[in-house]
Amino acid sequence: MSLDMPKFSDLDALYSPDAKVATQMYEDPELFKLEMDKIFRKTWVWVAHDSEFPEKGSFKLSHVGLEPVIVVRDRKGVIHVMLNRCRHRAATVCEVKKGKTSSFQCPYHGWGYGLDGSLRALPYPEQYGDDFNKEQHGLQRLRTESYNGMVFATFNDDLEPLVDFLGPEVCRYIDLFMKQGGGFPVKVLGEHQFSVPMNWKVQLENTTDAYHFPVVHKSFMQSLDGQTEEIFRFLETGKGFVEDLGNGHSVMAMIPELIDLDENLDAPIPERFTDLAQELRDEGYPEDQVKKIVRAVGGAGFNLNLFPNVSFSLSFFRVLTPITVEKTDIRHIALGMDGGPAAANQMRLRLHEHFQGPMGFGSPDDAEVWERVQRGTKGGEDLPVLVNRGLVDEVPGTLGPRGHISAETGMRAAYKMWKGMMSQ
Amino acid sequence: MTEMSKIDTSTLLPQVTAFLWAEADLLDRKEYDHWLDLWQPEGFYTLPIGDTTDFANALNLCHDNDKMRRDRIERFKQGFSISSAPPALTVRTVSRIVIEKAEGDVITVRSAEHVIEDKFGRQRVWAANMTHTLVVTDTGFVIRAKVVRLLNSDGMLNSFSYLF
Ligand code: FES
Ligand SMILES: [Fe+2]
Repeated sequence: MSLDMPKFSDLDALYSPDAKVATQMYEDPELFKLEMDKIFRKTWVWVAHDSEFPEKGSFKLSHVGLEPVIVVRDRKGVIHVMLNRCRHRAATVCEVKKGKTSSFQCPYHGWGYGLDGSLRALPYPEQYGDDFNKEQHGLQRLRTESYNGMVFATFNDDLEPLVDFLGPEVCRYIDLFMKQGGGFPVKVLGEHQFSVPMNWKVQLENTTDAYHFPVVHKSFMQSLDGQTEEIFRFLETGKGFVEDLGNGHSVMAMIPELIDLDENLDAPIPERFTDLAQELRDEGYPEDQVKKIVRAVGGAGFNLNLFPNVSFSLSFFRVLTPITVEKTDIRHIALGMDGGPAAANQMRLRLHEHFQGPMGFGSPDDAEVWERVQRGTKGGEDLPVLVNRGLVDEVPGTLGPRGHISAETGMRAAYKMWKGMMSQ
Repeated sequence: MTEMSKIDTSTLLPQVTAFLWAEADLLDRKEYDHWLDLWQPEGFYTLPIGDTTDFANALNLCHDNDKMRRDRIERFKQGFSISSAPPALTVRTVSRIVIEKAEGDVITVRSAEHVIEDKFGRQRVWAANMTHTLVVTDTGFVIRAKVVRLLNSDGMLNSFSYLF
């Protein structure tokens, strides 16, 4: 099958076999529309973490591509994702970002929907005649599946099950990532949200870009103590790797010794955590649990990047929502230990504030360079963007190629998937 | 009125106003070292998210103790931070100043702040409600706490290369 528009029939011209990306990829509004249709409406898109709507009747608002959805847990605990659009005349049925309810009532003419989206009642139904079928007028529901607390939804009924889309390696890394609960369940503690004037793929590239770290994050590095700074010198030490995990997903392992937080528990406690460790001991936590919690507080040693919209990044989730071809919303979701010691969660919150968010020591610098990519693409329409770094010494990994920690292997994984989906 | 005995109430509002304006002027001119001098070391500079008051146990946009304040200023000054070299230009207006409380040496002041930033040829506008906790000393006011509640703090923001 060919693309709808002959303009984009040559996908090699957009992403070439030697890993060059056409400028159009960041700024063509028609291409953006196609992407929303062929990618965001066709694949599994991350919508929420379990802990964001923990109880029966609790919900949160999210997006699948451009489309607003409600993620809700019904009375039986079943998770539903449904379009936030009344079936009468399209008003949103919910504008509260997060909360608890027993139903959704449309504010326009009063149609009422259950937690599973079914149309319960409408005022004065007589004018619709006897054959009006309430069952056909519930909120539009999306297929919803989750893995280890991560909830995904899709408009595509023919899509493979979520676990198959993720694959065994991604699932293994998700399980490893969740070990930063330190024995407690991982819980969302809050989020930083900011909008950047850039195409969504600029962000997709960045979640698997270790090459920029020492340059863009020099000022962050300088605000660290020596021992911690050492950990972030992964480019110089050449430790780590980046690997294509299939279906557009990749892992970027910056600090390999922190991939499995249950290992090396006997290693000495890093200086920056000594006060926290003492506080936990004083609170009565046994030494092995202290070590486990303290080791978990710093986060995992890798970024797991899922195509197309979520990254598990060291100690937080990074979620992208495309808004327009040149605008993308970013959420950095802070995680903590559900039921864990307050001191440990406080430290995680302060670490998150230190790097992430609109006033962090990292995110504003990231946002600036992302915006500069978008500004730069205004010139040199015919010049390509390079994502071929590290092609020279890639080796086979478990599922796909594995490259140097600073290689653009993860971006190539994403673009390969992009190309495959766009050709459908 | 006895708690306010140490404070000359008739001149308090103009004094507090002059202080807040001087602070805004320092921030607009990026005289950050002088700004640091306005602080009591044990004070916190906080931009909360939403309406929380339990800053320690919540995620904030920033929650800076003395060290973080100094690190932040250092980051602005070093010139390595892409977002602050060059930084956005800012013009801030502080107004609607209300003295909420004056007890002993400690004064709580509420005010409104508008910040206009200019960078890359675009301008953005931010509005916030501020609460300063000021302490009267022999040499003037010092800041014990400053809480800046941005409008839409729990919504989509942009990144900031300056203070509020
Ligand atoms: S639009 Fe919802 S009831 Fe009419
Ligand atoms: Fe970065």
